[in-house]
Amino acid sequence: MNELVFFINNVVVAGSVTGSIYAMGAIGVTLVFSIMRFAHFAHADMMTLGAFVVLLLSLAFPGAGSVVGLPTAIVMLPIAMVVTAAVAVGIDKAFYKPLRSHGVKPIVIVIGSLGVTLMLQGLLRLFAGTSPQNMYVAERKEIYRLELPFEAVTRPVIVTEPQVILFILVVAAVVGLHLFLNKTRTGKAMRAMSDNPDLARASGINTNHIVSVTWIIVGGLATMAGTLLSMDVTFKPDLSFFLLLPIFAAAIVGGVGHPYGAIAGGFVVGFAETLAVFNWAVLLRPFQERLPDWLELPNNLAFVGTEYKIVVPFFILVAILVWRPTGIFKGKVI
Amino acid sequence: MPLLEARDVHGGYGGMNILNGVDMSIEADEIGVIVGPNGAGKSTMLKAIFGLLQVNQGEIRLRGEPITNLAPNKLVHMGMGFVPQENNIFPSLSVEENLEMGAYIRPSGVSRMLEQIYEFFPPLLDKRRQPAGELSGGQRQMVAMGRALMVEPSVLLLDEPTAGLSPLFMNEIFERVKKINAAGVGILMVEQHAKQALAIAHKGFVLAAGYNRFTDTGEALLNDPEVAKSFLGG
Repeated sequence: MNELVFFINNVVVAGSVTGSIYAMGAIGVTLVFSIMRFAHFAHADMMTLGAFVVLLLSLAFPGAGSVVGLPTAIVMLPIAMVVTAAVAVGIDKAFYKPLRSHGVKPIVIVIGSLGVTLMLQGLLRLFAGTSPQNMYVAERKEIYRLELPFEAVTRPVIVTEPQVILFILVVAAVVGLHLFLNKTRTGKAMRAMSDNPDLARASGINTNHIVSVTWIIVGGLATMAGTLLSMDVTFKPDLSFFLLLPIFAAAIVGGVGHPYGAIAGGFVVGFAETLAVFNWAVLLRPFQERLPDWLELPNNLAFVGTEYKIVVPFFILVAILVWRPTGIFKGKVI
Repeated sequence: MPLLEARDVHGGYGGMNILNGVDMSIEADEIGVIVGPNGAGKSTMLKAIFGLLQVNQGEIRLRGEPITNLAPNKLVHMGMGFVPQENNIFPSLSVEENLEMGAYIRPSGVSRMLEQIYEFFPPLLDKRRQPAGELSGGQRQMVAMGRALMVEPSVLLLDEPTAGLSPLFMNEIFERVKKINAAGVGILMVEQHAKQALAIAHKGFVLAAGYNRFTDTGEALLNDPEVAKSFLGG
């Protein structure tokens, strides 16, 4: 039965964590695409930037967390979300808006966003250095060990504090976004603009305003995802390298332009990744005696090594582009 | 003072002019219909009024105020509604959300206007929670017209509202147009079904090659043998 716990820890928990992070990232990519019709390559760096702002704030006010009984990084998260959202709006005004108002093709803005990626990466390295840093500045990371009430189980299910906060915040963010898009006037206008920008303009919808609102949401979500990922592992200035491909894979798998598709895509890619690096030999070992003699279980029976897990989203991306380019939810084709 | 007046309008896309001097004028309680052969500049004229393409010469006035080359969202604020021929709904939004978007610039009167729109187009009431993209062609057209009516425009521009509809739906749309006009909305529409459209028109404008060939009341144009011969198919 300990094998089952091993499975829960390494697949169910790990997959949900990765899936949640990818889902939040993919929502951002898909929102930008549905409003501005371009693939925003700088999104993963916006996540890193958000986490870095949290780190800076935590270093500046290390005692803030103990006042309310939460990790300092979580207390700083709302402030960092506001800061990053403002930066996102600023980046749009400085780099993407001039291109848009010249009426360039989307691919030009995509290349522009690659430039923004390089710029953000340079700035992050300039100020954050290149080595990983712990997001827990003042306190220790809580680790919860949940003992399962079965006799055969001796090992606990392990969940860390940032993981629990991540699950709560992902649910809150998804519900919040759903309510915003379906119940508020601005949210409905966002969907209208995504559906038919010309008609939105002809209806008197201020599309510049909608674009700014989109960047505020995207910046906020990116900060959330980046911070929680960095809290769970460590803050790495080159985080975006490992995020960009799976996030785009998730957005495309779900169907570009569909926020709910992005959530589904995030979990598909997240779980595919964890299942691919999971050592299946562990689950098969209890059945060793029943297997034929000539079949010897190797020590490691994973599809790919952990260090190569980035090939999983890459493979998914290629497969979906070949067989179903519109994604699960029939989105737009990038 | 006419509600909408265009004088000697020249304009088009890029350098090429499609409109070569169009004159048009309708009063506040009138239906004006633009007919003519393909490529005569009918839809182009409507787009020129709504600020969707460059007017190079001439003048357009709304209640006496010059509106030449004003941006569409400004015109919406001034009381002009426009229903394009294609892509005139938000397909993934529900019928009611489509209508709400029509009233985006004036959110206070939404519930009162929704009631009025459902009165104009009763079939929409049952479908109000359905995505507009799932409706039939005729019902989509109703959504499109309803959306434009949500801001209580004083003039409504309709670009071929019956395109692609069966004769049954065509008559229904014309009936609605008459009803909307009776409620006090001036209407200027482009139509392929020239005879049926001129029958409900107070004023008709026959365009050819970007200028007015004939301008008269709808009835007079219908009875004019020359118009009938060249433009109404005998």
